[in-house]
Amino acid sequence: MRYILAMMMAVVLALPARADVEITEVVSPGGITAWLVEEPSIPFTAMELRFRGGASLDAPGKRGATNLMTGLLEEGAADMDARAFARALEGLAASFSYDVGDDALAVSARFLTENRDAAVELLRASLLEPAFDPEAVERVRQQVLTGLLSDEKNPEELAARAFDKLAYGDHPYGTSYTGTVDSVSALTRDDLVAAHDAVLAKDRLYVGVVGDITPEELGPLLDELLGDLPEVGAPLPEMAEVDIPGGVTVIDFETPQSVALFGQPGMAQKDPDFFAATVLNQVLGGGSFESRLMNEVREKRGLTYGVYSYLVPRDYAATYMGRVASANDRIEEAIAVIRDEWAKAASEGVTEDELRDAKTYLTGAYPLRFDGNAPIARIMVGMQMLGLPIDYIATRNEMVEAVTMDDVKRVADELLDPDGLHFVVVGQPEGLETGPLPE
Amino acid sequence: MTRLRAVTALIAALLPLAAWAQSEANENVTTFELDNGMQVVVVEDHRAPVVTHMLWYKAGSADEPKGASGVAHFLEHLLFKATDNMDAGEFSATVAANGGRDNAFTSYDYTAYYQRVAADRLGLMMKMEADRMENLLLTPENIETERDVIIEERNQRTENNPQALFGEQMNAAQYLNHRYGVPIIGWMHEMRTLDLEDALSFYDIYYSPNNAVLVVAGDVDPEEVRELAETHYGVIPAEPDLPERLRTEEPPQTAARRVIFRDARVAQPYVSRSYIAPERDAGAQEEAAALTILAEILGGGTTSYLAEKLQFDTRVAVYSGAFYRGNSLDATTFDLVVVPGPDVSLQEAEDAMDAALVSFMEEGIDAEQLERIKLQLRAQQIYARDDADGVANRYGAALTSGLTVEDVQAWPDVLQAVTEEDIMAAAASVLRPEGSVTGWLTKPVEAVQ
Repeated sequence: MRYILAMMMAVVLALPARADVEITEVVSPGGITAWLVEEPSIPFTAMELRFRGGASLDAPGKRGATNLMTGLLEEGAADMDARAFARALEGLAASFSYDVGDDALAVSARFLTENRDAAVELLRASLLEPAFDPEAVERVRQQVLTGLLSDEKNPEELAARAFDKLAYGDHPYGTSYTGTVDSVSALTRDDLVAAHDAVLAKDRLYVGVVGDITPEELGPLLDELLGDLPEVGAPLPEMAEVDIPGGVTVIDFETPQSVALFGQPGMAQKDPDFFAATVLNQVLGGGSFESRLMNEVREKRGLTYGVYSYLVPRDYAATYMGRVASANDRIEEAIAVIRDEWAKAASEGVTEDELRDAKTYLTGAYPLRFDGNAPIARIMVGMQMLGLPIDYIATRNEMVEAVTMDDVKRVADELLDPDGLHFVVVGQPEGLETGPLPE
Repeated sequence: MTRLRAVTALIAALLPLAAWAQSEANENVTTFELDNGMQVVVVEDHRAPVVTHMLWYKAGSADEPKGASGVAHFLEHLLFKATDNMDAGEFSATVAANGGRDNAFTSYDYTAYYQRVAADRLGLMMKMEADRMENLLLTPENIETERDVIIEERNQRTENNPQALFGEQMNAAQYLNHRYGVPIIGWMHEMRTLDLEDALSFYDIYYSPNNAVLVVAGDVDPEEVRELAETHYGVIPAEPDLPERLRTEEPPQTAARRVIFRDARVAQPYVSRSYIAPERDAGAQEEAAALTILAEILGGGTTSYLAEKLQFDTRVAVYSGAFYRGNSLDATTFDLVVVPGPDVSLQEAEDAMDAALVSFMEEGIDAEQLERIKLQLRAQQIYARDDADGVANRYGAALTSGLTVEDVQAWPDVLQAVTEEDIMAAAASVLRPEGSVTGWLTKPVEAVQ
């Protein structure tokens, strides 16, 4: 009996810290919904806004328009030019950042309680009355073009672009949302206004707020900030058809270390098996030192500084990706080891110990994400975009715990496709060439 | 140099790092010292039941012996191998099995190890961290394999990155006699020769309680931290032979230097300028505070002086910035960068930068701009309370770089007390051609039209 008691004690002690986050849904008088966590202990508020669709809503032939438009939101609004806007923001000690990606345009703001109304007014002006002043357009356009030139000499970017083109073809995911030198050079102010109208609309808006603010204060603030947005934006993108043939693509680039990006079709986050796939990935290449890839490629053989795999469940396609970098004369071996591990996991699944450790890690690491107002606001917006229930945080770890050996084995068998992996290698890899996977 | 992720203090190059060292009275900091000389800092944040446990050693790449560059960082990797009580990899596996994350990083002046985990696991973290301070057990195989890993790390961070290679050359030209001129990760030819003895001799001297700072941040009680620290770390004897931390010093710098680095992988050429500059010193942080604000005034964003002159009044640059990192044991640098716009040559960009510096020295400070910067510094103290790990990092880096708890806590007031005269005096003293290196990162000659 003492033994059993000791076992139970151990289990209780090993329970991870629970993320204790109390979310309130606030609906403004004007009908805008936000998720709120009140945190009055520090006199500021973090706010995260996201507009679904993001840069994938670029009009045909206007690749890069949403990205350039987003870059201009902080470059002047209402009667302020870029410098007047920046001075106003500094004078409030607030910070706003505007970011865009394939699936969303994101706005992250933080502002002090003492001048909240003024900060919200400034944020509103940037979102609803951006100036798109021709001088600012040219200045930011040059910054974007500078970045595009750098991308052409960056092995990681070269690999990502080649892989995306291969996997997604004509879907917006198949090209970089930053556009090309030609497309960005040709964008007009009208294109930016059109991109703004397409993306910033209420029918695709998600809001998360954490900080020193009550539901009663937040409601009117939401209407003040976002009430004048148009109701409807451009139609959202179609699902992408993911087509990844097994094989190798070598992109010749003179540099000592080859960078390889590899992948295959993945799994949507809404799939009932997503947690099983997450556990599987944690074991295979989830980024910790304990993963099989890290252990085999780095710890045992010293072939790389870092190797990892990751599920990429985007809104309109899902892939399962990985990344490794090794000296040109060692990358072939690194890739061979990765393929072996992929095949081994596909046929054998994981061990009981690995399953247990992965679950402990995933459940224990989850509460560590809630470390500040802004991270919590971001997590809440992500939950809303996935359609998760408001009490999800409290139940998420139970879903991880519920994953069984059979689940992982079945998902490994169904998901992992060692012969369907495609490796894009940028560098001068010895012993590798474009074509089918080596025997 | 982190063990896993690409976060680095090495390449300040194009990143607009606002390295605000901030502090304030109500950030719930308790400090004390153990009998064996180990310093302890506790930062309380009870909003979530998690803790960050960090152990900082006052030993970084600038403390390495000649010929063994990179050994501080190599040893950081090796600390995840076996001890008398744990197998290789068991440390991280145990942290992970407790739902935590762990990693480590090396800089010029310090090496730090940290874990972030549920607050009730603090004792276990201390037990394991204390164990590897004393009981590291390295094999020749560890050395062979892990040396390959750090070489691949250098490949990834530096050899594959012309900006990083350029930064190394700039630094090497800046420091005539100080170890800061050698890269943290090491020169490749010396990394290849690092051996067991290099690692162990560094470990034996520097990995000692009287050379360490423990920082614990999160949902903890200072008294409880003290008891745990005494149990796990307090039993380790102090190292009696710990040397005083003296590095070879810089002589007066009397000649402007120029570095031209060419690489076919350069897509966007730029001009970089660094000046040798004083660092924050214990009890004397005033000039460093003035330089901190000077960097904001000159190159802290859209409203800065260089942006005004080079990006708005003219289109010389697509980007400009100024950087100063005062947290350093010995002399640091004040850096400028200008990325020229289309059809602007590096010479034109450099000339415009120098002309802007001249006009700045003549015009002096915009009082409203200074007030806005100070306001933001005050607001940073409010925002910083949302980031206990940031507070922990600030104390750890300061206390391993020659500063005291009092210096860290006085810093916000020192910043607020900076006057226009202080800033102009610091600018006049630091922005001297004789103390500078001017660098061009550019394409090979044949590629330049």
